[in-house]
Amino acid sequence: MSNKLNDSMSLAKPEANNLSSKQKIAVVIGIIGLFIMGLAIFNTNFPNKTLFLSLSIGAIVVGTILFANDAYLTKLEGIKNDGVWFKSISSRGMLGWVTGVFLTGFYIVLYFYPQYLGQSANGEPNTGLISLFDPLSNILSGNPASQWFVYGTLYTVAILVFGYKFMLKYRHNRYEQLRTASVMFFQLGFAFLIPEFMSRLNTSPDYNLPYYDLKSMWPLNYYLFDSWSINGLLSSGSLGLLMLLFGIVSIFVVSPILTYKYGKRWYCSWVCGCGGLAETAGDSFRQLSSKKLSAWKLERWLIHTVLVFSVLMTTAVIYTYLGSDPNKFWLTRGAFVLSVGILLTVVFAVIMIFKRKELGKDARYGAIGYFVVIAALFIMHYTGASDKIFFIKASSLRSAYGLYIGSIFSGVIGTGFYPILGNRVWCRFGCPMAAVLGFQQRMFSKFRITTNGGQCISCGNCSTYCEMGIDVRAYAQKGENIVRSSCVGCGVCSAVCPRGVLKLENDTMEGRINSNEILLGNDVDLMDLINKK
Amino acid sequence: MKHIVIIGNGISGVTAARHIRKLSDHKITIISGETDYFFSRTALMYVYMGHMKFEHTQPYENWFWEKNNINLKQGFVKTVDTNSKTLHFNDGDTLNYDSLIIATGSKPNKFGWPGQDLKGVMGMYHKQDLENLELHAPNNKVCKHAVIVGGGLIGIELAEMLNSRNIPVTFLVREPSFWDGVLPDGESNMINRHIKNHHIDLRLSTNLKEIISDEHGRVKSVIIEETGEEIACDVVGLTAGVAPNIDFLKGSPIELGRGVKVNRLLETNIEDVYAIGDCAEQHEAIGQRRPIEAVWYTGRMMGETVAQTICGNKTPYKPGHWFNSAKFLDIEYQTYGWVFSTQNKPDYEQHFHWKHDDDTKCITVAFNKDTNVFLGINTFGIRMRHEHFDKWLTENRDVDYVMKHLAEANFDPEFYKRYEEDILATYTNQLKLA
Repeated sequence: MSNKLNDSMSLAKPEANNLSSKQKIAVVIGIIGLFIMGLAIFNTNFPNKTLFLSLSIGAIVVGTILFANDAYLTKLEGIKNDGVWFKSISSRGMLGWVTGVFLTGFYIVLYFYPQYLGQSANGEPNTGLISLFDPLSNILSGNPASQWFVYGTLYTVAILVFGYKFMLKYRHNRYEQLRTASVMFFQLGFAFLIPEFMSRLNTSPDYNLPYYDLKSMWPLNYYLFDSWSINGLLSSGSLGLLMLLFGIVSIFVVSPILTYKYGKRWYCSWVCGCGGLAETAGDSFRQLSSKKLSAWKLERWLIHTVLVFSVLMTTAVIYTYLGSDPNKFWLTRGAFVLSVGILLTVVFAVIMIFKRKELGKDARYGAIGYFVVIAALFIMHYTGASDKIFFIKASSLRSAYGLYIGSIFSGVIGTGFYPILGNRVWCRFGCPMAAVLGFQQRMFSKFRITTNGGQCISCGNCSTYCEMGIDVRAYAQKGENIVRSSCVGCGVCSAVCPRGVLKLENDTMEGRINSNEILLGNDVDLMDLINKK
Repeated sequence: MKHIVIIGNGISGVTAARHIRKLSDHKITIISGETDYFFSRTALMYVYMGHMKFEHTQPYENWFWEKNNINLKQGFVKTVDTNSKTLHFNDGDTLNYDSLIIATGSKPNKFGWPGQDLKGVMGMYHKQDLENLELHAPNNKVCKHAVIVGGGLIGIELAEMLNSRNIPVTFLVREPSFWDGVLPDGESNMINRHIKNHHIDLRLSTNLKEIISDEHGRVKSVIIEETGEEIACDVVGLTAGVAPNIDFLKGSPIELGRGVKVNRLLETNIEDVYAIGDCAEQHEAIGQRRPIEAVWYTGRMMGETVAQTICGNKTPYKPGHWFNSAKFLDIEYQTYGWVFSTQNKPDYEQHFHWKHDDDTKCITVAFNKDTNVFLGINTFGIRMRHEHFDKWLTENRDVDYVMKHLAEANFDPEFYKRYEEDILATYTNQLKLA
């Protein structure tokens, strides 16, 4: 009568999960590709970099495609989760930990020690891995590669090849396929190619464009309003101005409209690059997210704190390069801080007046707490004569944010820990953009996941495979719509449901949040008695 | 404050406990010998298949019970003394109750086959069955071949489970077509083909004669009744239905039939003793439902109902329109209202059948051929909305109305290909020909 059977109940390793011969060949091909990069890191001077870079990336692509073909095309269409919890890579086994340590190490080197990858200083030629990527970078932008070009290329390759794998895995599911095609397109075009092509413009003295992934919105793109970014855009003629305007319109107009109509999924699982990597390369780890109530509590505090931090940081950064003289600046420091203050107050007031009942007690306290802190900072700013907004130097705020949130949280932990904490750690606990969209999704959106009457059998597939750690079953078994800030609308809960209970839908706001004690299928009198009481 | 004791921590017992807690501050104790905490029995298959860990099958975190002041007691009840209101446990322990809810569920049927108790022969119902399967069929080296006896829902689930570990399966089905006592022929035949497409050796109209032992008391092979063929195997799954798990009540004054006899209030013949879920047997069947319903949601509904009665609001068990669902390997199945099998359907019931060319999607719509009233729908590979059919059944809609509005009931994910036009065209066409 033991309940201690949680790790795979099998005594012997289930045979079915061993790799087939074709898969073994595919793995070898892929590892050869990685091995070439490994050699490059140790400064192997390849005679023909173009050839070896092509070989390396080609082998990784071919290996993954062959692997995916054999894994999915040899079987009938359907859910392909057999053995997920028996495989070392996807159940926090040895392979999972090794991968986690490797990825984490890669991010630490990438962010803090790029010289180990061969990043040169002072315009000297690159060495090592980065020099291997010089040929490709030259073709695209005309410049030698940097650590960010290497990272961007690998990131894009990962989304493309694992996106292909994901589309085969879900070849019976058009929602999953379209969504994946969309993130592949946005990553390749918007995040990778367009910025590279744009930097070609910078050879002309008329342009000084910063690297700008047009789909990456503030506050995820926290450096959009940095002075170098703003100056770059403003000194790049009407194209630069247009791009800046696009960025601002995206945040304040496009995003609210799309989120109202479709929920945050339009961004998080259809467009976003972080989401794109999580949904493709990270798909094998979605079941590792914690479903505990305590994790949900942590999530709400953490993600909203990051959002507040990011708003304050951005305000402070913009403040520093604005002037006080209305004749020189159309937007002065005073006017700017006032308008930010008004905007935040309006949002707070609207929520507290119209949506108060929809907030949990802790959410109300949280909102009030954050508001008080922000208000206090603003008041201190006005009463004190400090030149520094919020008493801390904007540059310190900015560099702290860049280090702790931008690098460590989103990169090192967010992606490095995929095989340990699941593929959406950053999106769930840290992303300020997800916090903004999620807030709107919870309050002003037509999106919800509906449940199908009394068909739920509480099996738990939906909760297990929710990458955001939402206990979907808790809602489904009560016949309650799932309206949660964190839901990125990946649609996997609906896909894995064996009884056809869940459906992602956009419908009217009215009655969107429903709570039933008794499900459909019971006696009508009893349903009326209990649900309408 | 009464002490309410519930025997069984399945969906029925746990639902009853939760609703009693919502309605009252009675002392509640749930007894289970199977597991410490409530889990979803229907999800056991996914643990073996590696889709989930056992902990994922538990709908509530372990702190839930203490927080809601629901006591959990581990143990098997041996006898019930209704005079002194005392439960006697296997280990000698006793427990007193004021109200008793029997929610002990089912156990797999065994029909006295020779060799049915050998090592390696098992049902697939309890958590212990899963542990047993894990022991005897961890992989296809230890279990080179498995035979499943009984072509119902658990049988096909067990076949899918073993298939997920590449263990070759021979699936013995007594009937000439899979589950054809329930499914109309078109659907049943489609599922036959789907099973074979998964490389499962489906043997229709085939009965088990006996199970042969090796020298260690382990299953060695089975003999087929019809042909005398011997099939070597290491595991035999007996999945020929389930029966109420009530042996411990024999000898008590509680009236038993196949299950624990209850009235509409789910009361037994003994005061303060109730029975719910799979083990309860209605004196008279409700509508066209069976007197014993071993279905997840009926267990849940009986739990909801009995909680009302026990807390002073006497409420009869009145289930609404019949519905159910299942999954046959990759094909999802839902049913709303009554669609009877080709052999069992009443004279007035007529069927419209549509099947997609890919052989994984079909629907059957049942209607009264005299009045044209819509009776029910079976849908395979297309998800449909419970709410809509429940409403149309209540409104006694005719079949034409349902066919024309079928698109409204679609519950497939966004961007899925839709088939309502094709279905309606086929329907209109058949009607013209008729």
